[in-house]
Amino acid sequence: MKIFLPLDSAAIALGADEIALALQAQAKAKGIDLDLVRNGSRGMVWLEPMAEVQTPAGRMAFGPMDLADVPALFGDLAAHPKALGLTDDLPWMAAQTRLTFARVGVIDPLSLADYRAQGGLTGLARALEMDAPALVAEVTASGLRGRGGAGFPTGIKWKTVSEAQADRKYIVCNADEGDSATFADRMLMEGDPFTLIEGMIIAGLATGATKGFVYIRSEYPIAIHVMQQATLIARAVGLLGPMVMGKGPAFDLEIRVGAGAYVCGEETSLLNSLEGKRGVVRAKPPLPALEGFMGKPTVVNNVISLASIPVIFEKGAEHYKNFGLGRSRGTIPLQIAGNARFGGLYEVAFGLSLGEIVDKIAGGTASGRPVKAVQVGGPLGAYFPRALFDTPFGYEEFAGKDGLIGHAGLTIFDDSADMLAQARFAMEFCAIESCGKCTPCRIGAVRGVETVDRIARGDASAIPLLTDLCNTMKSGSLCALGGFTPYPVMSALTHFPDDFSRTKEAAE
Amino acid sequence: MLDSVQTKERVEEILTAHIALEGALLPILHAVQAEFGHVPQEALPIIAKALNISRAEAHGVMTFYHDFREKPAGAHVVKLCRAEACQAVGADRVAAHAKKALGIDWHETTLDGKVTLEPIFCLGLCACGPAAIIDGKLFGRVDEAKLTQIIGGLK
Repeated sequence: MKIFLPLDSAAIALGADEIALALQAQAKAKGIDLDLVRNGSRGMVWLEPMAEVQTPAGRMAFGPMDLADVPALFGDLAAHPKALGLTDDLPWMAAQTRLTFARVGVIDPLSLADYRAQGGLTGLARALEMDAPALVAEVTASGLRGRGGAGFPTGIKWKTVSEAQADRKYIVCNADEGDSATFADRMLMEGDPFTLIEGMIIAGLATGATKGFVYIRSEYPIAIHVMQQATLIARAVGLLGPMVMGKGPAFDLEIRVGAGAYVCGEETSLLNSLEGKRGVVRAKPPLPALEGFMGKPTVVNNVISLASIPVIFEKGAEHYKNFGLGRSRGTIPLQIAGNARFGGLYEVAFGLSLGEIVDKIAGGTASGRPVKAVQVGGPLGAYFPRALFDTPFGYEEFAGKDGLIGHAGLTIFDDSADMLAQARFAMEFCAIESCGKCTPCRIGAVRGVETVDRIARGDASAIPLLTDLCNTMKSGSLCALGGFTPYPVMSALTHFPDDFSRTKEAAE
Repeated sequence: MLDSVQTKERVEEILTAHIALEGALLPILHAVQAEFGHVPQEALPIIAKALNISRAEAHGVMTFYHDFREKPAGAHVVKLCRAEACQAVGADRVAAHAKKALGIDWHETTLDGKVTLEPIFCLGLCACGPAAIIDGKLFGRVDEAKLTQIIGGLK
């Protein structure tokens, strides 16, 4: 009997390890030969821990599993109280376009055989037949843009590194996924680590880099473990090492662990941290593509950008490019978080409206109360009111509404949210996490907290001051931390003015 | 408790194991903290000398990152997520409850040395918050009752 039960952090946080022990104990007691595969999560977090039983008709899903639901998994499956039906037929799964996440939740994350059986290494095999300019051209043609949030065309970044002359070049994977509401990087690394490794090898082939780093935040212990194991396996079979797959040039990987600094998600700060320095931001230029890690040409790409490379080479740039909207090509793994009825990961082509995502896919709030605001793009993203729910999900479309899609995380808030408190938190977070290099961020965030507090005390004259401060931070900061903190603050102020005047009325 | 000679020996062993890495300081500090539970003051000059950096630089790096401790934590470390997705489902309430139940504020340790309370900004459990990590174990949907139960179980 074969049962799949996720090793994904979310599943474990909801009790998957305890369910796994119970499954094994139950199988032993009944004398059943149990093959328990710890897979990645399918992304339906409200159903975790979700067990899947292999049946002749396909994989049947059961969840959310409690310990009391374990014995019945060894009985009549159709009569199981948590039976959901075939996983692939569940509406949440059936409506997605899974390109980057095609294997996540499907395979045993550390089985190279599973990986190959599901199309893994096909892209790399094709890439090994191409020269560097052709590889770069393929990525450019796919229209892939940086999924970390900046949206910079990946092909152009690779071209710069590829054409730079140097004795050493590096591929650095930014897995410092610190934005609240985002967990796509974590799920990908936990559920399909070889995809990321394959993407990084292809990046090495395209640019002439022979060494890669994956910088994973320390808050992700399971992702770190899975990536370390996958790297060892890849090295043991010659996927990584002096000759990639026995025919390519050298490429090897190292997994590095962050140390709790949010700002290290910014690429130059990450490079300093990787070099063993304080994670302060570097002024640009020079671009990391020319002077990055140890002053050498370096590709710094987000996990999802690199993990989208294998499928682009497997199915062709054209296939990937045909999904999407405007200049946002391909698919985006939406991460639905916060007060959502159906929270989780949903990969789909760009272009759905925010309202479709919030009302249809997420099913509104978990609390059942009306949706008040949705913060899109993490702690540096704007709060969107219902009036802007017609905004299509794309880089330019969100920028046009004074917001950003960032790493595609969406935090849903119900009507109990106090938007002044959210604005204050944005400033407080910036003050805690500021690297201290530039004044608008270091001092501005502290003054921001004080100014919001003045407004909270009923001092309306502080509102223009807050607006002015946000302008200074936006145009005067070195990186996105100080530069984008005004997005949540100003959007809260602009779209929810009542929350900023209410205290005064109460005082009067 | 190790004496200063033993501390020096262990730090030297860690340095030997990591010194060849490119940009070795963070892996070294992680290994030192894993060994001692914090980064002892006497370790910094040894590390600085081995990496050919000043003691001020080593100190600057160590104190820049939230993860590295100058002093040992309590027997148990409770980290509660304070980020937006968890706020949307009541993290502030849970945090207030934890502070009251333990009688301490953020970054403090109970008088009996049992529990240290720390904020954390995102565990990637944003669809099943409020989230917590307690002695390295992840928890989702942590409400007041669940937290009371978990804290009660800490020995």
